[in-house]
Amino acid sequence: MKLKGKAHVYGEHVDTDVIIPARHLNTTDPSELAKHCMEDIDEGFVARVQKGDFIVAGRNFGCGSSREHAPVAIKASGVSCVVAESFARIFFRNAINTSLPVIECKEAAREARPGHDMEADLKEGVLKNLTLGRTYAIEPLPPFIQELIEAGGLVNYTRARLEKK
Amino acid sequence: MGMTMTQKILAAHAGLREVRTGQLVECKIDLALGNDITAPLAINEFERTGAEEVFDRDRIALVPDHFVPNKDIASAAQARQMREFARKHNITHYFEVGRMGVEHALLPEQGLVAPGDLIIGADSHTCTYGALGAFSTGVGSTDLASAMATGRAWFRVPPAIRFELTGKPGPYVGGKDVILHIIGMIGVDGARYASMEFTGDGIASLTVEDRLCMANMAIEAGAKNGIFPADALATGYALERAHRPGTAYAADEDAEYIETHVIDLSKVEPTVAFPHLPDNTRTVQEAEALQIQIDQAVIGSCTNGRIEDMRAAAGILKGRRVHENVRLIVIPATQEIWQQCVHEGLMDVFVDAGAAVSTPTCGPCLGGHMGILAEGERAVATTNRNFVGRMGHPKSEVYLASPPVAAASAVAGIVCGPEYLSKEGATE
Repeated sequence: MKLKGKAHVYGEHVDTDVIIPARHLNTTDPSELAKHCMEDIDEGFVARVQKGDFIVAGRNFGCGSSREHAPVAIKASGVSCVVAESFARIFFRNAINTSLPVIECKEAAREARPGHDMEADLKEGVLKNLTLGRTYAIEPLPPFIQELIEAGGLVNYTRARLEKK
Repeated sequence: MGMTMTQKILAAHAGLREVRTGQLVECKIDLALGNDITAPLAINEFERTGAEEVFDRDRIALVPDHFVPNKDIASAAQARQMREFARKHNITHYFEVGRMGVEHALLPEQGLVAPGDLIIGADSHTCTYGALGAFSTGVGSTDLASAMATGRAWFRVPPAIRFELTGKPGPYVGGKDVILHIIGMIGVDGARYASMEFTGDGIASLTVEDRLCMANMAIEAGAKNGIFPADALATGYALERAHRPGTAYAADEDAEYIETHVIDLSKVEPTVAFPHLPDNTRTVQEAEALQIQIDQAVIGSCTNGRIEDMRAAAGILKGRRVHENVRLIVIPATQEIWQQCVHEGLMDVFVDAGAAVSTPTCGPCLGGHMGILAEGERAVATTNRNFVGRMGHPKSEVYLASPPVAAASAVAGIVCGPEYLSKEGATE
């Protein structure tokens, strides 16, 4: 599956409190959460984001709170993929578990500018910045994590295991 | 190759004699934790797994603490969803309002943690229990859902960074100052994915509360967990609270560390993290020179809401008044601590000083309720994060500090340490 969209670019240490502020955590409804995605650092994001778009950021994306509402809000906002120089571990785990594609790629993260056209093919392991005409190799995910994704996320994986019992 | 404390606990719970950095292991978990924000998502996912029962009703802890007592109708619905789940599955460790506390202060106090345990929680500060020699780490709601169904969780075995502590901390220096100092030194991603293993003779001078505070903030350096050796103090605490000694795991002499830092505790000064990251640290003296006026001070949270923190704050506030331009909000972290404050006369000190004292809640720490900041307002807080908008308006500011610094700042109206109060002209 090809993911394709425009880049929304942020800096380092984007924390889960700005991805989805705690004042909106009195719901688990993805579409409600999406209405407030990124609002504390980028008020215009929700109005601007189009289906398929990419979030591109610097080091340690998703640091802070373990709230799974963060990847849920990003995904429900229409974003198809997050590219960062590096990810905070709980966010990375949550993104995998909720099947939000995340790609760690320093070069791509550093070169992208707001509005650049991005494209990713996770199966082929290729990330492209179409505006710059650049292609980046993606670090493959550990095999177990690929298995989890192929199973359709952790819940489906767990369900299959419970059924086997 | 030898193993670290963390690696030994993971190996023991995976049924393996040895694990290596980077290895993926599946572990039995001793306890899984959720709260009123993360459990509702986990319960939805738990139901999607098709599980009819939880793996063990004694090994799940559900704590309404973030938005309780219910701050609004939507929060009330979330708290109810968790309560109903707890009743349906007869969860032993569900703590209702009036019997609860902020989760990471509550669980050790209620005897749910012992050395060598493996604990996961759908809350990033779950790493707190490393203070007692346990492996504990924060996960998301889906991980919690899966753990509630199967009693197991997957981990990548982390590398470790060793912090060798030497010497004794000086006056008004505690665990909060040490951990802020360390985060300032290595950065908010300085320990990303790694274990922070605290060792050295200096540990002997740190109380259980100091250690809980330090392990609590390991996540603010990006760590997977923070862990102390289970010495006599930790084992004694576990025996008193959990009525079991647990298993003390020591790192092997040839355990591998990606970095080692030696920290002389006698050189650590009262430390403040300026907005908007916990690694933006200065000494309190540097802060004093800037005369930073504050509107609010918060003393509480899973980081610094324990009885020793209450005593430290009361020690500063006794016989003094909160500055006329400041609201001081004190939040003892659990019902037991709250009552202990009453018994020790600390409540009188707080109220006489002009502070508001709250029932246990995470409340303002995450900008939930009970002390939200308006645009342009500034707070000193003993909490753990000072991100943009963390305690309220995106244009408000949070300065992280210890209980003595927060109490002194509340009196002076500026960010300062206790010693500033005794300087000429600083007190009313």
